[in-house]
Amino acid sequence: MPVVELGGIGKTYDHGRVQAVRDASFAVEAGELFGLIGPDGAGKTTIFRILTTLLLADSGVAAVAGFDTRRDPYEIRRRVGYMPGKFSLYQDLTVEENLTFFATVFNTTLEDNFEQIKDIYEQIEPFRKRPAGKLSGGMKQKLALCCALIHRPEILFLDEPTTGVDVVSRKEFWDMLGRLKLQGMSILVSTPYMDEASLCDRVSLIQSGRIMAVDVPAAIAAGFPNVMFAAKAGNIYQLLTALRADPDVESCYAFGEFLHVTLKDAHDSERVFSRIAAAHTLPDLDVRRIAPNIEDSFIRLMLATESASDTDGPHDQ
Amino acid sequence: MAPTTSDKAMTCRKLTKRFGGFTAVDGLTFEVDRGEIFGFLGANGAGKTTAMRILCGLSHPTSGEATVAGLDVYRQAEQIKANIGYMSQRFSLYENLTVVENITFFGGVYGLSRPEIRRRSDALIATLGLSNEANTLVGALPVGWKQKLAFSVAVFHRPQIVFLDEPTGGVDPVTRRQFWDLIYEAAAGGITVFVTTHYMDEAEYCNRISIMVDGRIEALDSPANLKRQFNAESMDDVFLQLARRAERS
Repeated sequence: MPVVELGGIGKTYDHGRVQAVRDASFAVEAGELFGLIGPDGAGKTTIFRILTTLLLADSGVAAVAGFDTRRDPYEIRRRVGYMPGKFSLYQDLTVEENLTFFATVFNTTLEDNFEQIKDIYEQIEPFRKRPAGKLSGGMKQKLALCCALIHRPEILFLDEPTTGVDVVSRKEFWDMLGRLKLQGMSILVSTPYMDEASLCDRVSLIQSGRIMAVDVPAAIAAGFPNVMFAAKAGNIYQLLTALRADPDVESCYAFGEFLHVTLKDAHDSERVFSRIAAAHTLPDLDVRRIAPNIEDSFIRLMLATESASDTDGPHDQ
Repeated sequence: MAPTTSDKAMTCRKLTKRFGGFTAVDGLTFEVDRGEIFGFLGANGAGKTTAMRILCGLSHPTSGEATVAGLDVYRQAEQIKANIGYMSQRFSLYENLTVVENITFFGGVYGLSRPEIRRRSDALIATLGLSNEANTLVGALPVGWKQKLAFSVAVFHRPQIVFLDEPTGGVDPVTRRQFWDLIYEAAAGGITVFVTTHYMDEAEYCNRISIMVDGRIEALDSPANLKRQFNAESMDDVFLQLARRAERS
């Protein structure tokens, strides 16, 4: 049985003027590390608030740990740990005081649940007398995760835990999630970083309130419908403008040190690329066939959904 | 103003900033060429923000030398502010002012005359394709348009250098790339771009990047050379190898 299940969830703000989430459906299985991947304003936080019973959906149904979000919010609250995107601990309480406070709220103690948080707590223990507001970004994150775990929840909701955090702290955080998963924890995590998708068991891609895909990361990447080429040349900006203007090129955008390029007819690739190299005097043009990744799929799905709904007008939630 | 005639947009020599016993920026020495896209990277707490505040004329160094647009950071901080643009993801436009009001406000802050502002602002709105939204509140614009506008406002007074502080955080992959098109365009037009980012794929778009660890620049080169130097497959790898050496957090 899934531990989280959404069926046709919809939510609007501002008297229906802003459609934050549209007809969202997906399920998270027990013990799964599930990622909700999408940019700011895609609707990730709205979904998290609905699932943690802090917000009511306008339409659809959602269940967490087998309880209905509308009927049994208190049953759900006892069973979930929630780490909001914005740092929400008490800045003027110390590390220890914050932990004790959250333990007390859930009618338990730090000592009773020490095993649960031991791994992570040990990393912040040297600072236990320091006010939470004076911790570094990475330490705040670890404390927030401890507070979310203190009552031994069945399901963990982590809303953008790695946003604005540097590469090293991000890696450490994902390592911690991996260890929690090994202990059997079900985790729903959201992130705007596409490269973090591959660290999840399954993901759903979300943009403008719409779930565009739900699957294991490799399957989403493999579902890319065209052949992908990576191209580079000494002057990458010149190459970018040349490829974009070419009638045989379907799409071209920057991707790390390469440009990712798709053609209208991939069978003809050798002829097309040598013609372009000659026409624009790009003797150092280097083109190779590559496997598309999650971000390529996201871009493709996003552009397809947007052109299908151009009449919707601007929306930014 | 005194625009620089040298080919360096920025120079630093042993630039240092101490707060009491804590050395936030520890002897930075580097130069940025005019028209270069320079990536300024480092882990949280490495000293990037402190260094950027000095280079923007907002804070004085404790010791060392630095010039920005040919101007001295100790004696000409006010002139530096007039010769640079600044944009960050967190704050760059007033959401409850319209598109035109934002442009007019920032044009005024940078000392442009009313007729000049009107002339440039008409041209800018036409270029951005925002003619129908000129009197729309910025808060109501889609994120991609907001970003384009924020960047255009940051370079509205035609600064020599624009500082971009994590300009693309949390932005969707399509908008992020459209934003980099603007950066390339600005650099091709001769504006020097000094940018920080947490996206390592974006580090690849820079001509050169520096990586700060514990207040010092531990690596500085083109992305290709850095990967070679660190025997790494990606910039991610290079960054991890360096940032793991950090002792302060």
